[in-house]
Amino acid sequence: MIHSLFLVNASGDIFLEKHWKSVVSRSVCDYFFEAQERATEPENVPPVISTPHHYLISVLRHRIYFVAVIQSEVPPLFVIEFLHRVVDTFQDYFGVCTEAAIKDNVVVVYELLEEMLDNGFPLATESNILKELIKPPTILRTMVNTITGSTNVGEQLPTGQLSVVPWRRTGVKYTNNEAYFDVVEEIDAIIDKSGSTITAEIQGVIDACVKLTGMPDLTLSFMNPRLLDDVSFHPCVRFKRWEAERILSFIPPDGNFRLLSYHVSSQNLVAIPVYVKHNITFREGSSQGRFDLTLGPKQTMGKAVEAVLVSSQLPRGVLNANLNPSQGTYTFDPVTKLLTWDVGKINPQKLPSLKGTMSLQAGASKPDENPTINIQLKIQQMAISGLKVNRLDMYGEKYKPFKGIKYMTKAGKSVSSYLFEFLFI
Amino acid sequence: MSASSAFNDEKGGSSSVGEPEYGHDPASGGIFSSDYKRHDDLKEMLDSNKDALKLEAMKRIVAMIARGKNASDLFPAVVKNVACKNIEDPNQLIRASALRVLSSIRVTIIVPIMMLAIKEAASDMSPYVRKTAAHAIPKLYSLDPEQKDQLIEVIEKLLADKTTLVAGSVVMAFEEVCPERIDLIHKNYRKLCNLLIDVEEWGQVVIINMLTRYARTQFLNPNINESLLEEGGGGDKTFYCSDEDEDEDEEKEKQAEVSALAKRKPYVMDPDHRLLLRNTKPLLQSRNAAVVMAVAQLYFHLAPKAEVGVIAKALVRLLRSHSEVQFVVLQNVATMTIKRRGMFEPYLKSFYIRSTDPTQIKILKLEVLTNLANETNISTILREFQTYIKSMDKDFVAATIQAIGRCATNIGEVRDTCLNGLVQLLSNRDELVVAESVVVIKKLLQMQPEKHSDIIKHMAKLTDNIQVPMARASILWLIGEYCEHVPKIAPDVLRKMAKSFTNEEDIVKLQIINLAAKLYLTNSKQTKLLTQYVLNLAKYDQNYDIRDRARFIRQLIVPTEKSGALSKYAKKLFLALKPAPVLESPFKDRDHFQLGSLSHLLNAKAGGYQELPDWPESAPDPSVRNVEVPEWTKCSSREKRKEKKVEKPFYSDSEGESGPTESADSEPDTGSGSESVSVSVESGSPSDSEESEESSESDEDEEEEEKEKKKKKKEIKQMQASERLVSRSKPDVSFQTIAPSSALKNYELLHRITGEGLSVEYCFSRQAFSPDANMVAVQMHFTNNATSDTKNLHIEDVKLQSGMRVKEFAEIELLPAGEATTAVMGVDFCDSTQAANFQLCTHTRKFFVSIQPPVGELMRPVFLTENEFKKEQSQLMGMNEISENLTLDAKCRNEHAIVQRVTTAANLSRVPCGSDKECRFAGKTVTSGSLVLATVATKDEGAAQLTVNCEKMVIGTMLVKDLLLALTQ
Repeated sequence: MIHSLFLVNASGDIFLEKHWKSVVSRSVCDYFFEAQERATEPENVPPVISTPHHYLISVLRHRIYFVAVIQSEVPPLFVIEFLHRVVDTFQDYFGVCTEAAIKDNVVVVYELLEEMLDNGFPLATESNILKELIKPPTILRTMVNTITGSTNVGEQLPTGQLSVVPWRRTGVKYTNNEAYFDVVEEIDAIIDKSGSTITAEIQGVIDACVKLTGMPDLTLSFMNPRLLDDVSFHPCVRFKRWEAERILSFIPPDGNFRLLSYHVSSQNLVAIPVYVKHNITFREGSSQGRFDLTLGPKQTMGKAVEAVLVSSQLPRGVLNANLNPSQGTYTFDPVTKLLTWDVGKINPQKLPSLKGTMSLQAGASKPDENPTINIQLKIQQMAISGLKVNRLDMYGEKYKPFKGIKYMTKAGKSVSSYLFEFLFI
Repeated sequence: MSASSAFNDEKGGSSSVGEPEYGHDPASGGIFSSDYKRHDDLKEMLDSNKDALKLEAMKRIVAMIARGKNASDLFPAVVKNVACKNIEDPNQLIRASALRVLSSIRVTIIVPIMMLAIKEAASDMSPYVRKTAAHAIPKLYSLDPEQKDQLIEVIEKLLADKTTLVAGSVVMAFEEVCPERIDLIHKNYRKLCNLLIDVEEWGQVVIINMLTRYARTQFLNPNINESLLEEGGGGDKTFYCSDEDEDEDEEKEKQAEVSALAKRKPYVMDPDHRLLLRNTKPLLQSRNAAVVMAVAQLYFHLAPKAEVGVIAKALVRLLRSHSEVQFVVLQNVATMTIKRRGMFEPYLKSFYIRSTDPTQIKILKLEVLTNLANETNISTILREFQTYIKSMDKDFVAATIQAIGRCATNIGEVRDTCLNGLVQLLSNRDELVVAESVVVIKKLLQMQPEKHSDIIKHMAKLTDNIQVPMARASILWLIGEYCEHVPKIAPDVLRKMAKSFTNEEDIVKLQIINLAAKLYLTNSKQTKLLTQYVLNLAKYDQNYDIRDRARFIRQLIVPTEKSGALSKYAKKLFLALKPAPVLESPFKDRDHFQLGSLSHLLNAKAGGYQELPDWPESAPDPSVRNVEVPEWTKCSSREKRKEKKVEKPFYSDSEGESGPTESADSEPDTGSGSESVSVSVESGSPSDSEESEESSESDEDEEEEEKEKKKKKKEIKQMQASERLVSRSKPDVSFQTIAPSSALKNYELLHRITGEGLSVEYCFSRQAFSPDANMVAVQMHFTNNATSDTKNLHIEDVKLQSGMRVKEFAEIELLPAGEATTAVMGVDFCDSTQAANFQLCTHTRKFFVSIQPPVGELMRPVFLTENEFKKEQSQLMGMNEISENLTLDAKCRNEHAIVQRVTTAANLSRVPCGSDKECRFAGKTVTSGSLVLATVATKDEGAAQLTVNCEKMVIGTMLVKDLLLALTQ
């Protein structure tokens, strides 16, 4: 299936390669570099490239391209999903997945890749099993290894592959038994010039950090499970139980994992937590434009809107912007024309605003495009959909675990305000 | 070492050179080559008797091989260790690792050893080793394709494996080595369907893709009736016309008959087809995008139209994943929206474009939106498109304008609106936008030019400003083509063009020549000189195409003495009515590739792509999927290992759903009954073969233990035999009194629709079957719902597993319309849950039916005192005891309820007991009379422990499963 893997950095250098079958020459990546040159943006490189003898399937994460070489028919998503799993594993092991981190831990990287694929077919991709086979690096272990020349391969023989529950190893022990769940929701909305919502949807995830002894069997129930329109589970969740009772019943993996991703049904009206008042005008013939932006909270149930970050791509004709923020700081990049305004926390008594003028290129005509405004924000202690966990129970073990649930709302890819004019109809 | 020193001694002896020779000896040459030394310690590690060291050495070697380093000098050491020692190692991980190393050595001499090792490992006790064997198969195949036949044998063997760990890997090997041998799948089809949910993610993808192909060869098209309706007209025609050729006519008649027959016969989905659809559906909730896509393509290719819709939501969910995932999913959605637009319409807004999307995603979303456009949503879509035109991403803007053009051609109602909008874009400041609009407008105008002469005039004016060659060429073509609509402007445009001719791009020059030719033919008075001027300029152009074109046109349109016959037709040639271009989706007809595949994405066949076959005309024999003979009775020496591991499904059994060790078929599946109208209750479960598997495992214990056990078994058997005698001599009244008074569960044997009015239900009456004490009594309840009488109801053609017997009920001679009657038949199930298949015959029809007993009905109650119970229980410990912890259902926390539920689920009797924390039940199997003991010990807060002791392990396991279900729900 997967023949080889090349890791390519932003400047187009191959800094790591791994072959599972025979060695494929580096020159195969030339086709990839060609495509990279043709693409205007890094993310515009086609994920699947066909070359005379091979196919290249790539993903871009953390400004590194992971390029897999394929020789025959295989579902492209199979490869893409696997490559993302590789990145997730690296992140899990090294904290970050950067070129430097990979180069520093090159031995572990090779060991991981060797275990994750056998003859090009995925073998062990569960982080729990991998961690039993190959110990994550620590400073002490790295030093000892450098001196003694030993490797990170586990001394003890792993049993995970044979455990009844493949995602959990046996014999887990903790002195403090804890289970934490983070309910994180993202709003993804497009709002038009007049402030009416074009689309708005809420996606959420429940990330868990479970450190429990033995083989605990957990059930998690919601006050309002009907909110959840579409869900996808970690393989540990018993699907039948969810279908029948809308209860999450599972034997958790050890450590951090994503229990559930969900989508809140679109019938429910999505409350947008902020509003934007804007006035951005360019006058024909004048080399000045006005910029006026005010933010305000809306439907936040008394919770503070924090970490607000506004960004806007101004038209190409804009030379510079001379603005005055009531709070926070702003930057304008005259090359990319990107305006960013780090607002911080919104104070409902004193609404943050950004006002001033933009200077236009002399003689240039009035810009056609209207800028879009992207807003990022965070609200602690609230899931905007109103989802509430009812209770968390544990069976199968005798001790009383410490349980914690945290809610958070974030703005997703784009809470954006498209400013446009109607063209026709 | 001893071998090498002996070698040296010999050498030294013969040549008597002595010292210097030793320097070259690899075994001692540490000073010169560190490589040799390192390999030496690897050799030492391989020879050590510590597991961890061996494993470490093996891993290093694999890593070396993977990095393309030459490890060939380690070859003998590895083979010696691996093939001879480690493959026999008691630790399963060492065995697996050894095989992995061995199979990674790409040297042809090793082929026979590898083959042997794979064969050995394929029948290993440990599923992990068997999985490794499956992984090794493609490796050996790529090394030596001539081993194919032998490897297929191994694949066949591994396909029969019942563990989830092996399933994915062996199907992978199957796909690499022999994807054409679809016949190997038949017997394993149901098992694979049932295992699927517990297989690891990557295996799921491979299995689902393979089963999609399988289903296309084995089942009928569920949408056949619709496609017949579409083609119906054509069939009738052939029936009536042409009576020249007798033979041909006959054939056609036959065909017509066949199709008519198919039309009349309602489509009934094969239960196996349903099984596949049902078991894959939950996987739409997988976190793995590849699994979701695999299920989606399965539904798209296999499901009835009405059911395909379920995949839309899951696919839309994937759009929130990484952009690479979005890219692939959108490609597939684009193909799906052409055939099944309806299912994505509710999710229209999910395809709206975000300013942060990469261009390639934007363009794909645009494609989907265009495919989804129809009369009702077009205005929203167009409004959305307007905002896109304002985008700063010019490639995307161009694509949007083209999309507007396609909407306009597809939906007549909005054509004028779109055209107006596009015309307004002509005054856009961005030249690219204008150019793209011109090209699209040109295509739209070709559909109805007469109405739009003012637009053509408007465009004529644009030639002064617009510089994009493609747009200029389009305008010129339009003016030439419709010069009658703009008789005054056209010559003027030509005049201007003639002036700038030399500075134009080639495509523009060609269109200038075209325009000149057309004007010359329609309005030669005004344009004769201009045309000649243009043609003269073209004559000396640098581009040979343009020179050629000029020569050709001059000959054609300017009449000379020499000009041929063609010039008469010049006007017809140039001003013929041209068909309007069709604006089609590039994704049209891409669905002949299996969706989700690489070939589909590239729209070209990739190497190793397996075609998705067309549905068969008539379904192949469905009985090939019935599993009959247990093949696991024979087992090799490998299985004698002591490593005993009860492979439990992770979740399946606690949920009472099909588990890896047991097929869902072995339980009466009420869900399937309501969903699929099928005559036979799903039959042919592999549980029988599994029984033999487990019993073989249990037989393979240490010899001494074995003997002791056999002794005990004999004793018990004797005891039971005597008991049986007793129970035979006595009337069976006692059993009847024991049977619980609770309502007996009814099962459907024949639905009244399939039975054409006759419906039959059956229940296990729990009465002794007087003609034969070894049989289970099955009470059948016949109801005649039809308007006519049914006569001669009887049983025929009984198909049974070896050892099973049936005592038929006496023929029912007459069952008048609207009446009902009952009859009792006896079945000796041989203590297995195998179905008894037979035909139920009336005077007119025969129906294939089957009876499948729940495990609880394979036993009858016995009276034991508490002491007797304890004594028997102590004899049935170890392997024969199965315990499970459970949480009792809230309604089932008192003694009465527990007794009620247990006795309903299984035909057992209560054993009197002193403690109120324990309920005990006893029974014995009907055929062999093996004791079945069940204990439910209750603890605090609804916790309880269920223990079943039974000599027959399969019965025990299944009973535990059923009782767990009964007590927890």
